[in-house]
Amino acid sequence: MSDYVIYSVNGPVVKVTGGRGLAMMDMVYAGEQQLIGEVVSVDGDMTTVQVYEDTTGLAPGQPVTPTGAPMALLLGPGLLGNIFDGIGRPLRDLEAASGAFLGRGINIPALDLERTWDSEIFVHEGDTVTPGTLYASCQETPAITHRCLVPAGVSGKVVRAVPNGSYTVEAVLVEVEDDRGQVHQLKLASRCPIRGARPMGRRLPVSKPLITGQRIIDTLFPIGKGGAAAIPGPFGAGKTMTQHQLAKWSDADIIVYLGCGERGNEMTQALEEFSELKDPRTGLPLMNRTILLANTSNMPVAAREASVYTGMTIAEYYRDMGYHVALMADSTSRWAEALREISGRLEEMPAEEGFPAYLASRLAEFYERAGYVETLEGKEGFVTVIGAVSPQGGDFSEPVTQNTKRFIRCFWALDRSLAYARHFPSIHWMNSYSEYSAELRPWYAQNVSPDFDKCRQRIANLLREESQLMEIVKLIGSDILPEDQKLTIEIARVIRLGFLQQNAYHAVDTYVPLTKQLKMMECILRLYDKAKEGVERAIPLSQYLATGVFDALVKMKYEVPNDDLSKFDDYNAQIDQAVEQVNQANS
Amino acid sequence: MRLEYTGLSDLNGSLVALEGVSGVSYDELAELTMADGSTRYGRVILIEGDRAVLQVFEGTRGMSLENTRTHFTGKPMDIALSKEMLGRVFDGAGRPIDGLGELFPDERRNINGSAINPVSRLYPRSCIYTGVSAIDGCSTLIRGQKLPIFSGAGMAHNELAAQMVRQARVAGDDGEFAIVFAAMGVKNDVAEFFRRNFEEAGALQRVVMFLNLASDPIIERILTPRCALTAAEYLAFNHGYHVLVVMTDMTSYCEAVREFSSSKGEIPSRKGFPAYLYSDLASLYERAGMIAGKQGSVTQVPILTMPNDDITHPIPDLTGYITEGQIVLERNMDQSGVYPPINILSSLSRLMKDGIGEGYTRADHPGLSNQLFASYSKVQEARSLASVIGEDELSALDKQYLRFGRAFEEYFIRQGQQEERTLEQTLELGWVLLSILPRGELDRVSDKELDAHYKEGAFERLKEA
Repeated sequence: MSDYVIYSVNGPVVKVTGGRGLAMMDMVYAGEQQLIGEVVSVDGDMTTVQVYEDTTGLAPGQPVTPTGAPMALLLGPGLLGNIFDGIGRPLRDLEAASGAFLGRGINIPALDLERTWDSEIFVHEGDTVTPGTLYASCQETPAITHRCLVPAGVSGKVVRAVPNGSYTVEAVLVEVEDDRGQVHQLKLASRCPIRGARPMGRRLPVSKPLITGQRIIDTLFPIGKGGAAAIPGPFGAGKTMTQHQLAKWSDADIIVYLGCGERGNEMTQALEEFSELKDPRTGLPLMNRTILLANTSNMPVAAREASVYTGMTIAEYYRDMGYHVALMADSTSRWAEALREISGRLEEMPAEEGFPAYLASRLAEFYERAGYVETLEGKEGFVTVIGAVSPQGGDFSEPVTQNTKRFIRCFWALDRSLAYARHFPSIHWMNSYSEYSAELRPWYAQNVSPDFDKCRQRIANLLREESQLMEIVKLIGSDILPEDQKLTIEIARVIRLGFLQQNAYHAVDTYVPLTKQLKMMECILRLYDKAKEGVERAIPLSQYLATGVFDALVKMKYEVPNDDLSKFDDYNAQIDQAVEQVNQANS
Repeated sequence: MRLEYTGLSDLNGSLVALEGVSGVSYDELAELTMADGSTRYGRVILIEGDRAVLQVFEGTRGMSLENTRTHFTGKPMDIALSKEMLGRVFDGAGRPIDGLGELFPDERRNINGSAINPVSRLYPRSCIYTGVSAIDGCSTLIRGQKLPIFSGAGMAHNELAAQMVRQARVAGDDGEFAIVFAAMGVKNDVAEFFRRNFEEAGALQRVVMFLNLASDPIIERILTPRCALTAAEYLAFNHGYHVLVVMTDMTSYCEAVREFSSSKGEIPSRKGFPAYLYSDLASLYERAGMIAGKQGSVTQVPILTMPNDDITHPIPDLTGYITEGQIVLERNMDQSGVYPPINILSSLSRLMKDGIGEGYTRADHPGLSNQLFASYSKVQEARSLASVIGEDELSALDKQYLRFGRAFEEYFIRQGQQEERTLEQTLELGWVLLSILPRGELDRVSDKELDAHYKEGAFERLKEA
């Protein structure tokens, strides 16, 4: 029986008196309904707790039960394919417990405690283990082996180990005695505090791209494995759509998709779609490699604040097994707003636009947990973070976007006017950037083609030239431009419509392999070069346009199947033929 | 035993504080009895030791530190629910004001509701036809969606909402329609306009009205949408109705939240609105949806007037981030006499993509609407160019676009208030208008669709007819 009692209640902020023993960030159960909360400040006898559930009905005098440990997640096999709320409670089990509407004070562990897993045990009595030693594994999904590693801080001699067999996540598999004689029990599942980064071996430089199958990203603004990117955009610009596309097609082993303060229907859609779609590499449902976290906008705001850490901790947990994990956070602005809301209730001094002064450091902490690392076990693993940002009024100068920009290296700026013209993905090629391009150049040269980077440069230059020319066109129209500049505009149109625009609903176009991306660029540049030669010989551009070859290239993305690139030969022939025909007519 | 506390310790705006209370819980409902015997209601918004702060719904006019007795009811604010609500009129706090007496409740429910578990939701896929081309064709409303109308003072948002309600049909015929109407801070004439409209449509028996008029207390305004949505959820998920909730005007609601927040002395964020406005609005809008295994649905059409027609103002901005799209009315169009003055380009229905096309509406619907958007957005480019260099200087193609733009506004968007177009008519009209443009310009539709629907000269024939 604890002596801690509630003193005051103000929204999710609850003050507790009755002792001085509560530690910062400790988890507590508040009130008669046992609502989950976390200690956020201690001031003498008065402890402030942030409660993760609706506090209706809490009253002064009600008991508060400390757990004596920081907020932690039960991690182990069974996470994949499941959907959780912001503090890691499985939503399907919550549904079973309280129906279609979320109840309160329901404490369910993230994992199914009854289910047994066929496990292989790798250590024997007398073995010496150190952090990172593999002691057990089980097949979590057909494609993913769940590898249980000795956690940081535990090393010593194995004093007991069970044989291979079927075990529940809570069954003790191995007991390790350290040099102080203390015995640690290792199970399939382990508890891990969510707020701090999980330990790792060392960081490795980013050297490989995360292949997304989205042309504008893979070619113009690539993101490295272990990198961090932000997708800012006003509402309706397609942030969620882009995140969904990345979650579906990225070549990561595991996707953690975090719906932070967003729409309920979107999460339902993700759940439905990911269950139906097949992973192109394994042929299994995408959901098998996905973990969804849903803390929708109407779920408690304090849990929204915690949800990004929950997501990151799960991502790091799989990274430590040597997997390549991509974390999609939609949207980090909602998280920042949760920080602001709670900060306001704690009566902290606000900085810019009411956000707390520690906004930047929290963002930095979060994005810095991304990285390509050597794990404790000595394997390579990464966490790539892609965070959506929802700037107020679509204004990128607001604090969340600005501070995020400092800690990411890849910026995919979504543009309202492109979205209005239904140009998707509406990533604006002039406002976006990727600092990874240079680091990834050798990889592209080695694995795709030595020409890849050259094509990319030329495409980027054409787009830049076009945008300068459009300034003039907006003032005086395109008719008076010289022919070669008209060609630039026409070819840029082909690039925009035929290459940058990508149809997520089209079976062929939704995911495009790098080789096809390269071939498409080559085709477009071939046409440009040939037409340019002619235009320089004073052949009017309109004659080339009249051949219809420009329009044909716009539609080639739909016509060439991803697994048979020989059709590009036909396109090349068509270009040659069309140009030749015009040239002959003029000679 | 009824425990009452006599007197108050503090009065400030709509807030009152009491000291020396015990056993009071957060968010509890309190009854305040005035000296003349009249009662008011309040809600606990802060409790600190033996001090409780109450928000009084009816305002604190006439209250003094001595003349009030307070009784805590021991439960949060709830309303009485029953199927008999249909056809009734309530005030902003859910009390009947139509003179037909109290409701005999089936059940009482906390008006704050609870969040729907995302795994229990059913992803909305069936369309609601509104008979308005600009909506059905380009920003289709889906059952279970929340699709607000972004308008400005003086534009025809009420007429449009009334028309949508009047003409709303569901594809297939399963389940009954009901309408929940929540008026927040609107003028008496507006409430009357809607009432008359429901009456003319013969729908009054299917409508539940919650009225908080412009002169009513602002604290009640904060409760109004919550009462309305609780009623809507009850009708939808307990009785299987397809409920369309019309909420007007969200701007007044947000201003009430701001007024209340500043009276509590909270730190304001953008334009004086509290930092939690996003979460607050989300707690309303997210109450739309469908639940797997239940028959009914809650569809929301909130109306908000953008202050100074500014779409980046916090109210439309935060709303747009929560709702599944928006229908934007445009001042220019309104001034040139187009009804409904819907700006197609900035309007959007996020759920549309999964609820139209083969098996839902018509196979060519997605391609066609995409093409209309793309072409109409080129019209804007041509217009801005024309405003600089003059229309005569434009290329022949740009002139064709201008022609298409005018025809699109004139024939497709413009529609009578009593005119109901079927989806077939809307789509056909779209194809006829696209015939103004050369076939090569239509890059969002497949060749097959073009072969089937693109008929050169179709527009000229329409004009003659």
